[in-house]
Amino acid sequence: MADSSVDRRKRHFLVAATSVAGGVASVAVAVPFVASMNPSARARAAGAPVEVDLSKVEPGMMVTVEWRGQPVWVVHRTREMIDSLPKLDEVVADPKSSMPMQPDYAKNEVRSIKPEYLVLVGICTHLGCSPSQKLAPGPESDLGKDWPGGFFCPCHGSKFDLAGRVYKGVPAPANLRVPPYTYLSDTRLIIGEDSKGA
Amino acid sequence: MGKMTALLNWIDARFPLTATWRTHLSEYYAPKNFNFWYYFGSLAMLVLVMQIVTGIFLTMHYKPDAAQAFASVEYIMRDVDWGWAIRYMHSTGASLFFVVVYLHMFRGLIYGSYRRPRELLWLLGVLIYLCLMAEAFFGYLLPWGQMSYWGAQVIVNLFAAIPFVGPDLAVWIRGDYVISDATLNRFFAFHVIAIPLVLLGLVFAHLVALHEVGSNNPDGIEIKNKKDPKTGIPLDGIPFFPYYVVKDIVGVVVFLMVFSVIVFFAPDMGGYFLEHNNFVPADSLKTPAHIAPVWYFTPFYSILRAVPPLFGSQFPGVLAMGLAVLIFFFLPWLDRGAVKSVRYRGTVYKTALALLVISFVVLGYLGTVPTNVWGQFGGWLGGAERATVVARIFTIIYFLFFLLMPWYTKIDKTKPEPARVTW
Repeated sequence: MADSSVDRRKRHFLVAATSVAGGVASVAVAVPFVASMNPSARARAAGAPVEVDLSKVEPGMMVTVEWRGQPVWVVHRTREMIDSLPKLDEVVADPKSSMPMQPDYAKNEVRSIKPEYLVLVGICTHLGCSPSQKLAPGPESDLGKDWPGGFFCPCHGSKFDLAGRVYKGVPAPANLRVPPYTYLSDTRLIIGEDSKGA
Repeated sequence: MGKMTALLNWIDARFPLTATWRTHLSEYYAPKNFNFWYYFGSLAMLVLVMQIVTGIFLTMHYKPDAAQAFASVEYIMRDVDWGWAIRYMHSTGASLFFVVVYLHMFRGLIYGSYRRPRELLWLLGVLIYLCLMAEAFFGYLLPWGQMSYWGAQVIVNLFAAIPFVGPDLAVWIRGDYVISDATLNRFFAFHVIAIPLVLLGLVFAHLVALHEVGSNNPDGIEIKNKKDPKTGIPLDGIPFFPYYVVKDIVGVVVFLMVFSVIVFFAPDMGGYFLEHNNFVPADSLKTPAHIAPVWYFTPFYSILRAVPPLFGSQFPGVLAMGLAVLIFFFLPWLDRGAVKSVRYRGTVYKTALALLVISFVVLGYLGTVPTNVWGQFGGWLGGAERATVVARIFTIIYFLFFLLMPWYTKIDKTKPEPARVTW
């Protein structure tokens, strides 16, 4: 008798409604926890631009500066280094820099604003190791006597030329990234900022 | 009635103490033909307990802070009384955990312990293995050495290779644009709280599932099919307590001897248990000349390196590495063999199993060395690296063991299983 007085439709509706409300609430409660794992306001603010004094970088040398916790390389390329680049068009995977790994003002043969200064994020595009500098050509690089100079990633063997262009047949899928940068004067460079209106 | 019996009765009226003891120990009947391979389940539990205990004591001195982590580990090693011993027990325990778990998994493979009715037992086991990998990975960042840092960098970047969501996902995991203090702090939380809780839950479920279906044995036959008609006890079963408790204690003693020799005489195991580069503090601007994960990850790392990038993305390699682990989940449904145990399998299965073991060991070795270790092929092979070619061949063999399993287990000429266990 008691059983017949149960409104099963109403009971079913109440169970379903409670489940849905509970489910929505669970998801809503998860949001702050998931969001708390994003970079904090302090970490986001730490990505400030960095200035480099080029007058101390001799031709054929490079300096490493830290920007957003990543190594950024500034290479002062010699005339021979710049001239060697077109000869490598055959062996690199993306000679014309068609993949968006650089700002538009660095989308050229030498991948830089001024040919003599190359600016690169020193993080391999494969799995994020920092490649070693093998700037000098020839056998002293440990990469064989035909090595024309460039960068070599010790983790998985990716090779890059002196414009950060990736060789064919290595694990890295793309050229090294060129960060946004601009010249404050002839010898001062700022990394992490585009020139406004230029 | 004695005082002790009275106390026991008082407890039993409120908590199933005697009943639990009987169900899971004194009246839990395990096959009487267990051999050497059956030590590793109980040893895995022993190592789990040791890792938890040593871990608790390490957290009393360790600082999960990028500026202090490396120094706090050295502080434990030099200034904390017996700190070196506790730290080496924890680091050695990590490697030996994988040793016993790999042997435990191999036991499951050779005797078909993953087959019906133990599929869920196996799935829970694979989940435990995944948890263990996560636990080892998170823990490895904590000393904040060069290998900690760059290993984490490489593994987190694996997630960045996932199409579309990858880069944002990697930033979310790190909590920063690079591996940083935020990453260290959260990995500490995962390593000491989150994963251990999940791990303990899974181990409990693994044992519940085991005691529901009963243990397999080296003959791969069900002892429950032949019971004493009067008592209902399997004819080939013996109670776990005292028989297997005593047997497992022998295993524990031998294991602890090996463990102690490593802790006291070779805690870094020539760079395999504790890598040399990890005695250098993390430097975000300089990658060590050679990066390799700790030995227990190297077979999968080899597979990652062996797969070339496709369509300008390294995702295929990441996918292959993930599948190499996840494929274990499918084992119960890939095996179509008429028998479970390798004792009654034919040549085809034995060959396949041998090839799997060889691939795992070769890939494991190759993962510890640079890809140019064997130089390059000359001539028509166009300078391809020998080690990379070998890794590719063994990667294919590794996957074929699983992918061809439904076929070769079916055509395999098996021998008849015995009615009762043999030893």
